[in-house]
Amino acid sequence: MQLYGYHGRLLEVDLSRERSREVEIEPEILEQYVGGRGLASYLLWRELGGSWREVDPLGPENLLLLLTGPLTGYYPGVKLAVSGKSPQSNGIVGSVLSSEVAIELKAAGYDGLVVRGRASSPVYVYVEGDRVEIREAAHLWGLGGRETFRKLMEELWGELKRRRLAREGLTKEPSFVYIGPAGENRVRTAAVMAKIAHAAGYGGYGAVMGSKNLKAVAVKGFGPMPRAKRPELVKILLREAWRRLVRRTGFRQWGTGSGGYYFASVTSSEPVRNWQEEWHANRAFGPQNFEAHWVKRYWGDYGCPTTCMKISAIRSGAHRGALTDAPDYEMQAYLGANLGVLEPKACIYLSSLADELGLCGIQTGNVAGFAAELFQRGILTREDIGFDLRWGDAKAFAKLLEMIARREGIGDVLAEGTYRAALRISKEKGVDALQYAVVSKAIGVGAHGVRSAKDFLPDFSYAVCVQGGDHTSAPTGLRGYKSEVSSAFDDSAVICSFNSIRELAFPLLQAVTGFDIDEERWSREHGRRILTIQRVALLEGGPDLRWRPGLDDDLPPRFYEPLPSGPFRGRAANREEVAAKRKEYFLSLGWDEQGIPRDETLEELGLGFLKPAVSRLRSELEHGS
Amino acid sequence: MSKPLFILRDPLKCSGCRLCEVACSLRHEGTVWPEASRIKVFELFPGVDVPHTCAQCRDYPCVKACGYGALKPDERTGAVLVDAEKCVSCGECVKACPGKVMRLHPATRKAMVCDLCGGDPECVKVCVEAGFNALTVIPYESVTLHVYSIVPDEVSRRLYETLFGE
Repeated sequence: MQLYGYHGRLLEVDLSRERSREVEIEPEILEQYVGGRGLASYLLWRELGGSWREVDPLGPENLLLLLTGPLTGYYPGVKLAVSGKSPQSNGIVGSVLSSEVAIELKAAGYDGLVVRGRASSPVYVYVEGDRVEIREAAHLWGLGGRETFRKLMEELWGELKRRRLAREGLTKEPSFVYIGPAGENRVRTAAVMAKIAHAAGYGGYGAVMGSKNLKAVAVKGFGPMPRAKRPELVKILLREAWRRLVRRTGFRQWGTGSGGYYFASVTSSEPVRNWQEEWHANRAFGPQNFEAHWVKRYWGDYGCPTTCMKISAIRSGAHRGALTDAPDYEMQAYLGANLGVLEPKACIYLSSLADELGLCGIQTGNVAGFAAELFQRGILTREDIGFDLRWGDAKAFAKLLEMIARREGIGDVLAEGTYRAALRISKEKGVDALQYAVVSKAIGVGAHGVRSAKDFLPDFSYAVCVQGGDHTSAPTGLRGYKSEVSSAFDDSAVICSFNSIRELAFPLLQAVTGFDIDEERWSREHGRRILTIQRVALLEGGPDLRWRPGLDDDLPPRFYEPLPSGPFRGRAANREEVAAKRKEYFLSLGWDEQGIPRDETLEELGLGFLKPAVSRLRSELEHGS
Repeated sequence: MSKPLFILRDPLKCSGCRLCEVACSLRHEGTVWPEASRIKVFELFPGVDVPHTCAQCRDYPCVKACGYGALKPDERTGAVLVDAEKCVSCGECVKACPGKVMRLHPATRKAMVCDLCGGDPECVKVCVEAGFNALTVIPYESVTLHVYSIVPDEVSRRLYETLFGE
């Protein structure tokens, strides 16, 4: 079978044995799982499924996957899918970030990179064409984001020029992903970072990199993207995609950051003071208050005319030197309103700090807000924290972020993420701290509340999502129950969800790969296949935490408390409705009402290899263990 | 009949989207191929994007350096055209190029440089269509004598200061 859109091989680096090799992937597997999140689910289960419950996500046996998709380089806006057994949910999360590492991997002749084992001391992996090296990284260990970027770029770019400039001319710079101090210290809310502010945050894969003593992965390739089946059609579809994306002028100008004002005041779905409220009357947010700090009107990733990003820089005053992207809506919400910080400059400062430390902004805003509520309620005291953690005090939160990244004092507890921290604090203080943890499957929910029912997520979405609180992959109200498989498409073809135009993306997938996959077939077959593996891995869980079907497939308790303020005051999620929708949703995917995949479904989707795990889950549920 | 032309670059307007690279490689190679693009956008620090391509120096040092007659300027557009048959991949043109624009094709190893798409450059078209106008076509007459491309490291350094201070 002639492969189009793929090289048909992955690069596998074993840090324990200090070896690398190429691994072929069967074309049938590529057709069934496509790439990115889908392929990651399959590969992870194939490798680790037999002992999933025992695999420690932060142990050397876990795999770190950096995968591309067939549309890498073609579809506007390059993305890279990061995965592995998640140190947050103990399941599989496909965490996607913008990074040209995806393009470079393709250009080097690989569809992705698999990292195994653990290096005995800090290293980084460097791939240049067909050369693969595991290099010492002691000089980079401990450095913040910007210094890491600067040093690595200087080092690798200098070396590339020395070796190639005189002979063949100037090659483009290499691309890399890295971790900050948070990842090094195995903080479960650490992100895999690219550039200054690009992060694969959900899942906690920065901690996985840290656990492998892996500071960075740098790639430089020289070849073309793999051959497309119908190159002329690809050109036409690409032009059409550009034409449409360019027309989205409001989004191009303000990105998701236009929501800061809008969501809070109109939809009442923005986290405010750890979700105690979802509305505030402050009008300091909104694009017009951030754009004065933007030093570039537009900033885009490879092949993306949407350019929703901006660079915010603060050049004077207390927060001088802060440098981040936008901040986008999630950061405005989580490192702003959720902490009671409603001053744009302070929000830029906290975003910049989270980037520097290599922390996921969403997860960190979630856990910091949780800690501040415990302080507000007197559960955590000044003695526990070391200072007063008051709403709106950006300096105090900055200190807390540093402590989390370095696991100092209370930071060591909070570095375990909101859920695990809540378990530990509950035990130590003899209170139920879990009621203040706004998470699903230990993953902090996105900055989109469900109580007002005015945002894009329906009430049951976080309860059922195989990626926990991930707002980018939870089922949306707009596209009905099939939408979770739809986001699995974006993450598997590995394209930007904001740029995803269905009627162009599927034809492009066909034109590039030659696979006969349309939206209907994807929903019926591929998407369900991927979600089913993810669901089983999530329920298998372990070693430290497992999820109980039904009981843990629920919203955080906070969403059942009525909204105390704003135009939708009094509204809350309804337990019976959520339970009914959850059941209906599971059935629609071919699972039973508890969300355990049916045997027929496994047969239909070609997932026979899940049967032993599924029957064990079922019998455990029957016997109540 | 097109007149000699020049691609004017404004790095301050460049978003780093690389549509120019995609369009260039699609046209010349039939696929997306960043290293084979005749125009390249360097991002040596996040957000500091440097579009880099041939400036058609009037004295054409690359053409002069070629001992095999493989390079000659196009009389209509002013672009340097490569005769792949004559090119022996010696790299003398690469050494002679003041802006380090000239390079050998990553696969064929023949000299590779912007040919201005025969007078209607694809890269400029997509940049203008996307509304960035970081690339525009101007008549060569309006260019001062001895304009040449500056190496991207240098542009990047100056641009960093302009954008972020220090």
